[in-house]
This record gives sequence, structure tokens and C-alpha cells, in this order.
Amino acid sequence: MCTVCGCSKGNVKIEGRAPGGVKFPYRPHHAHPHDHEHSHSHDHDHDHHQHAHTHPPVQPVEEHQPTLSQQAGGPALHYGQGAAHAHAPGLSQSRMVKIEQGILSKNDGYAAENRQWLRDRGIFALNLVSSPGSGKTSLLAETIRQLGDTLVYVVEGDQQTSNDAERIRAAGAPAIQINTGKGCHLDAHMVGQALQQLNPADDSLLLIENVGNLVCPAAFDLGEAHKVAILSVTEGEDKPLKYPDMFAAADVMLLTKIDLLRHLDFDVDTCIANARRVNPKIKVMQLSSKSGDGMDVWVDWLLLEMNEAQLVKQREVARLRQQIAELEQQLQELR
Amino acid sequence: MHEMSLAEGIIQLLEDQAATQEFRRVKQVWLNIGELAGVEAEALAFCLDVVSRDTLADGAVFHFARQPGQGWCLACSQSVAIHARFDACPLCGKHQVQVTGGDEMRVSELEVE
Repeated sequence: MCTVCGCSKGNVKIEGRAPGGVKFPYRPHHAHPHDHEHSHSHDHDHDHHQHAHTHPPVQPVEEHQPTLSQQAGGPALHYGQGAAHAHAPGLSQSRMVKIEQGILSKNDGYAAENRQWLRDRGIFALNLVSSPGSGKTSLLAETIRQLGDTLVYVVEGDQQTSNDAERIRAAGAPAIQINTGKGCHLDAHMVGQALQQLNPADDSLLLIENVGNLVCPAAFDLGEAHKVAILSVTEGEDKPLKYPDMFAAADVMLLTKIDLLRHLDFDVDTCIANARRVNPKIKVMQLSSKSGDGMDVWVDWLLLEMNEAQLVKQREVARLRQQIAELEQQLQELR
Repeated sequence: MHEMSLAEGIIQLLEDQAATQEFRRVKQVWLNIGELAGVEAEALAFCLDVVSRDTLADGAVFHFARQPGQGWCLACSQSVAIHARFDACPLCGKHQVQVTGGDEMRVSELEVE
């Protein structure tokens, strides 16, 4: 088990169940050295190839990642055993490989899949990030109430318990809980699996409540349209400076619990200025889910963005219909 | 920041590459870590040492290249050097600087056999 973020295999649970048979990114604890023995009894020469392969990186989905030997299938290939390819005399076994791959490229690949999946369905998705106790779940519950008939789905990330998902369901929205076990953030693969189970309707709103943590979730794209950083006025004006990566990654900052401002020394202008120091383009909204102040601005923004996501889908559908019509026309002409 | 998950990501990336590029052992790895990537090279080196045990990169040497932070000042309309996300523009002193470089984390090169 890791001592920094604490992740280890077998800890991730979606609605209390371990996701079966699927490999999670960043948890490669179960790498199998493929050292199986095959005895070969043929008399032809083994024709090892020398050319450099430039396959696109494989996206492993199965727990048991196929090795080249299994993919190739032929009995003449010995990838799992013996010395590596040094068949040309005078060539050293060592060689340099230029790969230039982003360390987060695996997560980013899953995130791109999620983003495409959501776009195809006209779903507007937000990734809500904050410290623990900033009032994310209360804000979500109130948002769901105010959105009334609008279809809202929620993915809840917490280390343990499904309390938050239950609160969201009580507010009237379908929700799925991901327990990260000892993990400190949601990753795109977990969210992709949760989406398959939650199965949100087309043209709906998807709210992903990340694990309460202002550090790690900044680096992990989940496929959302925007990261929304939630900062409550009981925290501190300087939080955007203390956790700059998160406020830089977010497109929107929600300043919450503003009904408490009269009891506090919190300086709203300084806080917004601090956020802009880290991210000059960040959009800021101030609200209180308890008193209802500012909720209309937030809800209107959600509806506007949802509308935009629906339009993107409709334009894509129209474009594909047009393409089909053109192809059918061509087909007619050929007949 | 989550250096352990990043270290695991790096080892997994090496394992994927081993399958496609046909190598069995990694002797040296060159990493490019941006100044603004939010990653402590020392913490990452420690984690890599732990995570790489009993893998194809057991005993491998990890080299860290630090890409300098770079930003675009909206006020000055030019590229400037910065060392933290909230640094002021070194020319005008304003905080309208957008990060344009030095926030990446990449595995650039490997020595393998």
C-alpha cells in the first residue's frame, strides 16, 4: 500500500462492489511476469525480426494484459524468456527508445473517451472539487431541488461510506457512489465505469463530486466540461494561493456560504483577486445554498451550459444525417 | 502531490512500452518534469525507487530534467519566465500571467535491453 496517496489494489468500490476484472490506471500492482514454459519440438529456424515497432500504445482493459507472445500466437516467438534481441553480431543489447509520453497519458486517454461519450449524448458534465466540508453535497442537493424537472445525475466520490449518494438520492436525483478506498482522487477510469452503471439520460446534467481534496484531483481529467472549485467563506481568502494548482485547473470558482459573511472577517474581493492571480480567466459566482442568495445565477448558468451541450449534440446528429443522405444519394446514382 | 500514483503510472507506461517496443529491462529513464507541474522530483524519485522493485525497471536510474516555467502576460503581451503559478509578471508586476509551459510531465527517453 502506498504511503503518500495511500492507493492500493482492491480498495476501489463502486456502490459497495469491487469493479470486477478491470484494471485501474495507476494501480499496476498486479503485473504478471510472463515466464511460462512452452516446449517446442520443431526443426525450422526461429525467424526473429529486427525492425523497430512503432505501434500505438495499447490501452489495456482486461486485468490480464496480453503480451506480444500471446497476440502473435505463433510458436516461433519467445518474448517471455531468454535474452532480448541481440542477434546482429557486434550490436549491444542496450538501446535507446524515445517515447515522449505524458505520465498522465493513460488517464487522459480514458478522460477523452468519457468526454466523447458525454458529448455524443448531449450531457453537460462538471467536476466539483473542494476541501472536505466546504458544503459540496448541500449545494448539490439544493441545486437539484431548484432545477426541478431537469434531469440531473450525480457521481459521488468519497474514501468511504455512501452517505453522500444517499443524501443526493433523497434530493431526487439518481446517484452512484464511488469509494476510492485509500485513494485521494477520482480518476477517469473510475468515472467511466460509474457512467456505465449510472447510465445518465441524453441531454441531462452530470455532476461529479470529487473526493474532498484540493491537491490531487487537480491533475486528473475526468472528461468533464469544466472543473468547478468550491470555496466556502469559512475557509480563508488565501486558499487559491495555498493550492494554486487546483484553482489554475478550474474554470469556475463558487464562493459558498456567503450568508455567513456578516459573522466573519472574510474579504471577498481579496479572495477573488487571489484566485485571479493564479487563474486570470476564472469565472466566479457567489452563493449560499442555505439562504438561496446567488443560487439563481448559478442555476441559470447551468441551464445555459446544458443548452449549449444539447446544441452540440443536435448539430452533430444533423451533420451525420446529412452525411447519410449524401451517401444514399451516391448509392442511388450507382445503381 | 500524489507522487506515488504518478510513479505507478510511469512503471505502467514502461510495461506498456515493453510489450509494444519489445524490451525486457529498463536501465535508465529520462523524465521531463515542468517547474509548474506540481511534482516534487525528490518525492517522485523516492516513490519510483519503491514502486520499481520487482518490475522491469528494478534498479533503473531515473534522470530528472526540470523544464522552466513559462507564462504569457496578458498586460505586456509577451512571454515571461515564472517560477510559480501565482507569480507576478517580472516586467509589469501584474498578475495577469497565464501558464504556457513548464507544467508538463513526460517520460522522454529510455535505455532498454
